[in-house]
Amino acid sequence: MVGGLLLALAGAPLAALVLCLIVRRPRVCEGLNLAASTICFAAALPLPFLIDGQERLFWGGYVILDRLSAWVILCTAIVYVLASIYAVGYMRLLEQEDRLFQFYALFAGFGLTTLVGPLMNSVGIYWIAIELTTLVSTFLVAFEREPESMEAAWKYIMVVSAGISLALLGTVLFYWCGSFVLGPTYQMTWSVLREAAPGMNPVLLTLAFLLVLVGYGTKVGLAPMHTWLPDAHSEGPAPVSAMLSGALLNTAMVGIVRFLAVTRAAGIGAVPEAVLVAFGIASLLVGALFIVRQRGIKRLMAYSSIEHMGVVALGFGFGGVLGVVGALYHMLNHSLNKSLMFFGAGNMMRAYGTKDISGIRHVASHFPSAGALWLAGAIAITGAPPFGLFLSEFTIMRAGLASFSWAVYAMAVLLIVIFIGFMNHFRSMYYGEASGSAPAAHVSAWCAVPMWLALVPLFVLGVWWPGSVWAYLASTAQSLAPVAP
Amino acid sequence: MLIQNLDPLASSLFSLLAIASLLLSFVMLGSRWLKNYLYAFAAESWAIAALSAIIGFYGGYPELYLIAILTLLFRGLLLPYLIWRIIRRLDVDREIHEILQPSSGLVIGALFVMFALAVSYRISAEFHLELTVAVLALTVMLSMKLIGFLMLAVRHEAISQILGLLVLENGIFLGSQILVPGMPLLIELVILFDLLIVVACFGVLVRYLLALVGTTSTLQLKRLVG
Repeated sequence: MVGGLLLALAGAPLAALVLCLIVRRPRVCEGLNLAASTICFAAALPLPFLIDGQERLFWGGYVILDRLSAWVILCTAIVYVLASIYAVGYMRLLEQEDRLFQFYALFAGFGLTTLVGPLMNSVGIYWIAIELTTLVSTFLVAFEREPESMEAAWKYIMVVSAGISLALLGTVLFYWCGSFVLGPTYQMTWSVLREAAPGMNPVLLTLAFLLVLVGYGTKVGLAPMHTWLPDAHSEGPAPVSAMLSGALLNTAMVGIVRFLAVTRAAGIGAVPEAVLVAFGIASLLVGALFIVRQRGIKRLMAYSSIEHMGVVALGFGFGGVLGVVGALYHMLNHSLNKSLMFFGAGNMMRAYGTKDISGIRHVASHFPSAGALWLAGAIAITGAPPFGLFLSEFTIMRAGLASFSWAVYAMAVLLIVIFIGFMNHFRSMYYGEASGSAPAAHVSAWCAVPMWLALVPLFVLGVWWPGSVWAYLASTAQSLAPVAP
Repeated sequence: MLIQNLDPLASSLFSLLAIASLLLSFVMLGSRWLKNYLYAFAAESWAIAALSAIIGFYGGYPELYLIAILTLLFRGLLLPYLIWRIIRRLDVDREIHEILQPSSGLVIGALFVMFALAVSYRISAEFHLELTVAVLALTVMLSMKLIGFLMLAVRHEAISQILGLLVLENGIFLGSQILVPGMPLLIELVILFDLLIVVACFGVLVRYLLALVGTTSTLQLKRLVG
């Protein structure tokens, strides 16, 4: 049953990719990608309920389904299906009908790689899956063939490939660490590393973890390795930005979390957590500084992604049940919310014909319904109640009070700065002085429905945190850090 | 473990090839002609292929012969050929605006090697391996990493940046051959294949850059800020 679902999860986007390349009709490709994403969503939804706490291995041990990967895949599948619905409406506006099959083929490929990445049990193959996500998404970022999007794509592939090569070095050093315990040849899987960890040398293990953290941290967009992220997120088409932000960053975070579990099992002290917390605070700081003075609407959303990945990193860095639960819950909320924000930004960008915040005015009077949705999303993304991100950020703060109280205070101050900066931009877009022309187009149903689909669960998760979800996440936290309180 | 009880001849062969690779990355650092980068990269890959074969022979890992042949074919011939094709399409054959003189680059590279040596010595001392070839392997691995990053930072031709990335990868590959020769074959094969895709992607991107931005110098990529 579970094996079949996993097969559907990988098979559906793969089939869509191949069929898009064969058929090449834009309307058919839209449908294929939409069908594939719906199948993925339907397959990913029951996974967390089906695995009942066990690590399950498939296909000769190369595929692992545990609580962490089931959860992250659920987040990814949600973003994939929302972005696929949105893409139908949005990509028609670009008037690139003859190249649309390329877009959908790449988009399905991107969905495939981000869904498959967290499932990889071999540490080396996980690295390759992450590298493949970069290669596929580079061409999605470059899809609009403008000089700006080429620049963004080049910076993206350069910075991320260089960064992720550090993760490869770290992975080799992890293997070397393990070879003192397990002999020269062994299958390097996550559980093997975790079991061998107590016998590993702490100095080499720390070095290897730091390399891996910087490497995958580049991909996650933790400051100061975030430089590719605002460019890539702002220059790709809006559905791609949503996937990059809501799906890809989580997929790379999985690697950091699993390596962190190895270092916890080894008991090498607080260095890994402290470094992760420091990166988290740095990301919040960079996010806050650039959000306050931002001029581009999608760059605003991109810096907000850096901020939220910082929050997730803080959650995992604080550790304990509360920290991990908060971080995982934050991943889901951020995936929903950031998709909503990028969809709204894409709608406004197309309607007003500009990427500048200063060109977008009187959103509420021109777009009563879509504008209200977007504003609700903006309130949610800054961490205000009654939406899910408030709960998850609050949980993360509670987790840190005991061990990293300075980081909690810094986090609180920076979140307030971000709230003010972010809402100020929305104030000017909704109620500021009109300067540019009135918007031309209306928002189609394809572009509005996914925003509803994102906002409603976000609201529900904010007012009601189901006990079963808490229990699920708490048991995930236990499996990642059995020794932590 | 292989490196703890190694015959002296094997040990000196390893050292020779590792140092040859390091020297070739200095050749890349000290030159400003794209062709020279390319030849140095190809020669470096051949040295690494020879190293794989020798390790396979002395360590008793027959699968390393396969890796050696594939390294020679992929890294030593196919990748340089693909990059040569990209260079031929462009009309640049050298770095024009140098951010850093090649001579200063060499000095900084030498400092990086010293730093790498210090780190490797510290790590090897943990395992009482400071008298073995492990120190050298780690040093070469880390310093090729640092030199690759230096090349990425101070060179701005697209081709130089691609080659900088490949030097990063070569460094890891070389180090892993000596330190963990028993690493599963599958991973090494897939990484080789992955590199090929990376270079193909870069080839496409360079073509787009040329068509849409009109230059392959990354100094011109400065529209996106803030």
